Amino acid sequence: MSTHTLAVLVENSPGVLARVASLFSRRAYNIDSLAVGPTENPDISRMTIVLNLDGHVLDQVMAQLYKLVNVIAISEMTDETTVKRELLLVKVNAGSKKSEISSLVEKFSATIVNEDGGFLTVQAIGEPAHIEALLAGLTPYGIKELVQSGLVALEKGSAALSDRTLSAQGISTLHEIGTQADYQN
Amino acid sequence: MGTEMTGASSLVKSLEAAGVDVMFGIPGGAVLPVYDPLYDSKIRHILVRHEQGAGHAATGYAQVTGRVGVCMATSGPGATNLVTPLADAQMDSVPLVAITGQVPSAAIGTDAFQEADIRGITMPITKHNYLVTNPDDIPRAIAEAFHIASTGRPGPVLVDIAKDALQKMTNFSYPTSIQFAGYKPQVEPDAQAIRDAVALIAQAKKPVFYVGGGIIKANASKQLMQIAELLGAPVVTTLMARGAFPDSHNLHLGMPGMHGTVAAVTALQKSDLLITLGARFDDRVTGKLSSFAVHAKVIHADIDPAEIGKNRFADVPIIGDLAHTLNALILALQEEFKKNKPDLTVWWRQMSSLRAAYPLGYDKPVDGSTSPQYVIERIGAISGPDSIYVAGVGQHQMWASQFVKYEKPRTWLNSGGLGTMGYAVPAAMGAKVGMPDTTVWAIDGDGCFQMTNQELVTCSLNNIPIKVAIINNESLGMVRQWQTMFYEGRYSNTSLHSKRIPDFVKLADAMGCAGLRCERPEDVDAVIKEAMSINDQPVVVDFRVFRDAMVWPMVAAGTSNDEIMIARGIAPDWDSQEL
Ligand SMILES: Cc1ncc(C[n+]2csc(CCOP(=O)(O)OP(=O)(O)O)c2C)c(N)n1
Ligand SMILES: [Mg+2]
Repeated sequence: MSTHTLAVLVENSPGVLARVASLFSRRAYNIDSLAVGPTENPDISRMTIVLNLDGHVLDQVMAQLYKLVNVIAISEMTDETTVKRELLLVKVNAGSKKSEISSLVEKFSATIVNEDGGFLTVQAIGEPAHIEALLAGLTPYGIKELVQSGLVALEKGSAALSDRTLSAQGISTLHEIGTQADYQN
Repeated sequence: MGTEMTGASSLVKSLEAAGVDVMFGIPGGAVLPVYDPLYDSKIRHILVRHEQGAGHAATGYAQVTGRVGVCMATSGPGATNLVTPLADAQMDSVPLVAITGQVPSAAIGTDAFQEADIRGITMPITKHNYLVTNPDDIPRAIAEAFHIASTGRPGPVLVDIAKDALQKMTNFSYPTSIQFAGYKPQVEPDAQAIRDAVALIAQAKKPVFYVGGGIIKANASKQLMQIAELLGAPVVTTLMARGAFPDSHNLHLGMPGMHGTVAAVTALQKSDLLITLGARFDDRVTGKLSSFAVHAKVIHADIDPAEIGKNRFADVPIIGDLAHTLNALILALQEEFKKNKPDLTVWWRQMSSLRAAYPLGYDKPVDGSTSPQYVIERIGAISGPDSIYVAGVGQHQMWASQFVKYEKPRTWLNSGGLGTMGYAVPAAMGAKVGMPDTTVWAIDGDGCFQMTNQELVTCSLNNIPIKVAIINNESLGMVRQWQTMFYEGRYSNTSLHSKRIPDFVKLADAMGCAGLRCERPEDVDAVIKEAMSINDQPVVVDFRVFRDAMVWPMVAAGTSNDEIMIARGIAPDWDSQEL
């Protein structure tokens, strides 16, 4: 078992998240995290899915995803070729340790975004290992609550998932409409 | 700019434009607006007695004609009654379009009367589905639905339409082309894959054509015949592929799998190259996967890339329409064989010997009662290979796959993937509607028949004269067989008492059918011939058969194909075979 990150472009149509979730659930693929959001194209959303599975299952997962009519392009986001980030918001009971916490936060290039009644809300952005390390550092102070975004990833340099859609590759996406008779060979 | 009309009229016009000639359904509140313009349409709508019947009828129609089957239901319970046939069609890759009415868009999400989220419910059991709330979207949704259902790997598509979208005014114009950002099934095979496949075939000593239902979907039986004769290798046809290759052909070893022939099962097990054509390494074929055909390399040709490597690693995957793939393979092999052609003499010596030693057979019941296999064998022999045979699920289904001899594609229909009891009568109805001049036999179990026989009322009223052979063993025979084998004969809840109740002859009569009964082996032929002579109404024959007949051979679920039994506890005599 190993961790794999997939970026998936999907048509921005109702129910598309449910379709993907339903696929993962019925095929018993375990999702570690899933992040969805808009893209530069208002008709297209992008999902970043982190999965824990055996390497050879990955091709199968991608093939199954491609079977969803609303899926446009898929790519594996490897550590070497992509930038990966997560967002963390964590609430710590600072008590008398505010300055200690502040220096820890600084060390991790995180920021204190709210301070209220002795509670500090810390925001951190980084790779999963970075976030984990910060959390480990904060844990002794007493974490009241935390929330994490799913991982998002983007290819480095000029490479782009949107270059891999059918239309970007110059493949016609137009289908002539036949009648019943035309569909029998 | 099209013509102004209601969404419902636009739907009916769209269905007409898609070339629909017949559909099966039942009206209700949410879908009622459609039934009004349908009243004036040239589309024949057949009013069924249960929506499950509508779905399976659409499947039967699609399986015999190759066209898209269409069914329609109202919201809520009407739509949920379509769930089983949709799941069935998804498993067996049947092109269907199901139309459902939905509560008005403003009421969606409020638990309104007869509201069910049928789009959500059917997501995992359809190829794709739609919820339409704007009447302007109807023609495009229908055009897309038919295109998706019938291209690539076929499958069911559901279009759920809110009632207000059916009632509102819109401009109808049917699209001439549609666009999908991501949907583009690959039709032409990759040239390199063809070369790789040829290289494997040229080296093979024990090749087998492992043929699945995809061959029938691709209408590629002709090409299959050509390539099989070109290479001269054994052919096995799965439960979904019976009829894709003639049973009478010398290269045919029969059906592989749990109830396959010893020769077909062993051919796969001992093979060094599986030429897999539109098959999916289903567990009913492979048995215990880790011990399936362990010495074989695999060529896997399929239209669906997700089948590649799903269950079994493919050394050479070939994505594409099977007709195109086989055309390309045939050309390349003809070239290759000018230089070098595999010599399969030794392989054939082994397979011929197995085939001769272990033909399909059955014992005569000791108590003098009628053997179910005999009934089915005689129906096949008397009605012949031009008839269409539709089975339910159970022992009778397996016997119908074994003892009817199929010569042509689209003459054998059954619920292979989902194993849906109740499939036979409505699917036979749909088949007869699609092929009105062909004799259609439903070979059904006494258990299955009691799930959907009400569609015989539909048949009687709509001049759809199918013939139903009830293989009445007064039990849920297949389950009983497992109880015999794995539960020490503790027959918990498998006795149906159906030689007592219901009286199938009276039931047939009540539904407007001719009802016949056959109680002795010596009457079987005469009763079949009598059933064959009645063509102005449906016929139901209650064949009372031996209760304890078993389906053989058998590979018990979860065990290796090497453990095939030809009778209880009896393995083939491998020592006498040179393998
Ligand atoms: C809808 C449904 N329910 C239950 C089953 C499980 N099942 C498989 S075969 C079978 C028995 C079928 O009995 P019958 O129709 O009499 O056929 P037979 O095996 O006796 O030929 C049952 C209950 C099923 N396949 N489908
Ligand atoms: Mg029975």
